[in-house]
Amino acid sequence: MTAGAGRLRRAWNHDLAWSFRHSPVALLAAVLTLVCVGGALLAPWIAPHNPFDSATLNLSDGFTPPAWSGSGTAKYLLGTDDQGRDMLSTILYGARISLGVGLAAVLFSAVLGVSLGLLSGYLGGHLDAFIMRVADIQLSFPAILIALLIDGVARVALPPELHDQLAVYVLVLAIGVSGWVQYARTVRGSTLVEKGKEYVQAARVIGRHPLAIMLRHVLPNVTGPVLVIATIHVATAIITEATLSFLGVGVPPTQPSLGTLVRIGNNFLLSGEWWIALFPGLALVVLVLAVNLLGDWLRDALNPKLR
Amino acid sequence: MLAFILRRLAQAVLVMLAVGLIAFSLFRFVGDPVLFMLGQDSTPDDRERITRLLGLDQPFYVQYAKFVGRAVQGEFGLSLRQVQPVSKLFVERLPATLELSFVAATLALVAGLTMGVYTALRRNSWLTQFLLAVSLLGVSLPTFLIGILLILVFAVLLGWLPSFGRGETVAIGWWSTGFLTWSGIKALILPSITLGLFQMTLIQRLVRAEMLEVLRTDYIKFARARGLTDRAVHFGHALKNTMVPVITITGLQLGAIIAFAIITETVFQWPGMGLLFIQAVDFADVPVMAAYLCLIALFFVVINLVVDLLYYAVDPRLRIDRAIATH
Repeated sequence: MTAGAGRLRRAWNHDLAWSFRHSPVALLAAVLTLVCVGGALLAPWIAPHNPFDSATLNLSDGFTPPAWSGSGTAKYLLGTDDQGRDMLSTILYGARISLGVGLAAVLFSAVLGVSLGLLSGYLGGHLDAFIMRVADIQLSFPAILIALLIDGVARVALPPELHDQLAVYVLVLAIGVSGWVQYARTVRGSTLVEKGKEYVQAARVIGRHPLAIMLRHVLPNVTGPVLVIATIHVATAIITEATLSFLGVGVPPTQPSLGTLVRIGNNFLLSGEWWIALFPGLALVVLVLAVNLLGDWLRDALNPKLR
Repeated sequence: MLAFILRRLAQAVLVMLAVGLIAFSLFRFVGDPVLFMLGQDSTPDDRERITRLLGLDQPFYVQYAKFVGRAVQGEFGLSLRQVQPVSKLFVERLPATLELSFVAATLALVAGLTMGVYTALRRNSWLTQFLLAVSLLGVSLPTFLIGILLILVFAVLLGWLPSFGRGETVAIGWWSTGFLTWSGIKALILPSITLGLFQMTLIQRLVRAEMLEVLRTDYIKFARARGLTDRAVHFGHALKNTMVPVITITGLQLGAIIAFAIITETVFQWPGMGLLFIQAVDFADVPVMAAYLCLIALFFVVINLVVDLLYYAVDPRLRIDRAIATH
């Protein structure tokens, strides 16, 4: 009990926690992120309607404007789309998919990039030259274009009957592959530094396997910057996912993400049903902005030069 | 110098060959072209004859070499969806994308430069604070949302500008231009703002940072000590020296603009190459996809090559560093 309390107090007094408590922007960003993530995670329980249960859908409720405009009802707070689905509920479910795909893609990118960076930095030689050359070339293309091309090619190469099942995995793969370079470069740089230090030499002298040295000794010492890159990458990955889904090459329409919802709403923009596109778009901006601000704060807080 | 150019050229050719390989394997993986031509109820003899006729019985690398040979001449076969030569489709769509990209790039450069210089010189004015806040928002907003918001405000609510298409175009030879008609120019406004906004905020931030850096240097202090006017110091001395990195980034961003045109063209149903690609993905139109893949890779490789070589020519420090590093 006392040990637990002591640990808690230590965490509370830690630099990072101190910097967090004294940054209003970070607090605001954290609250916004928590609201978004909480809403997304709890969607099945807090959403007022289930947008995917066709039994509860009523087509005659379609195109209901938001509650505060003249012909809106309190039943549908943010209005409904063309099929009578409640916008607030579809946004909550959509945020769930957007966040899920974004986080999975970042995880994939980070694992791929960190492994390649470790190998590249620790082993050196031709492998290092090859990996870094590929990284250079990939960096000369915008990440979103690479994700789009991988996604497009994979969709066409897969048999059509598997499209909808595999679409989410293809998307995670495409966004993940488009983002590994930054992780690899950073980790390679820090690995080169750590490699020359005494503890690594000691581990080598006692005959540990290179793989064990990389994973048990070098890896824990190069993860700081990775965390910062990953936080900012989450925002980029969510935007990329939304863009691909908006273009119609992302998640299948049966599992709409925020980008898909904007795409659906875009069809009704010209006829005046603005809320179908605008609210999912706003949700996306709030989510991305909050994660971005949190990432900026983390970068500054972890940077000893700025203290 | 020659070795550097040769190495960069070799790398460019390798990248193109790798992209070509991906494009080529698309043809091999998607469907069976022989079945596609003959239908399901063809005899094995017929199939074998067509296979030989198409050269599909030859080894992989021979087929690939033939593909590369045809691709270099711009020959990618017939579009499956529109049953027209792919090269013809691209020639039709190219002017739309290039005109849009050109206007967006000009807009981004002129507005970004002006705003960057202003925010660096008048650091505490309220307009500067406002511009910086807007640029932060511009970075967080995805391109397609900017497009939708612009459509909502200027096309739906105000009704000033068209929300889709190119308007009327005038054909000059094979090039169709929207610059010469009033409706063509009106149709360009919203898409080019959408496409240019992100690059504009990027250039603005870059120019501001570079300018602030330069303004702190000794030669600026010396210029002020000599009693030169603010105008001469800011524009004659400071701005000139911020331009080298700006030109490099702008050059590199040109490729990004052509790539992001895919999104803008989809939002505004702009009949360019990006829209062609997205429609091709929807219909699994392999020849069009392969051609787009090769074309966009070519754009990027050429732009990067030119920027690299220019940089090498402009910045003597780079040459010395490399010379030391290689000896």
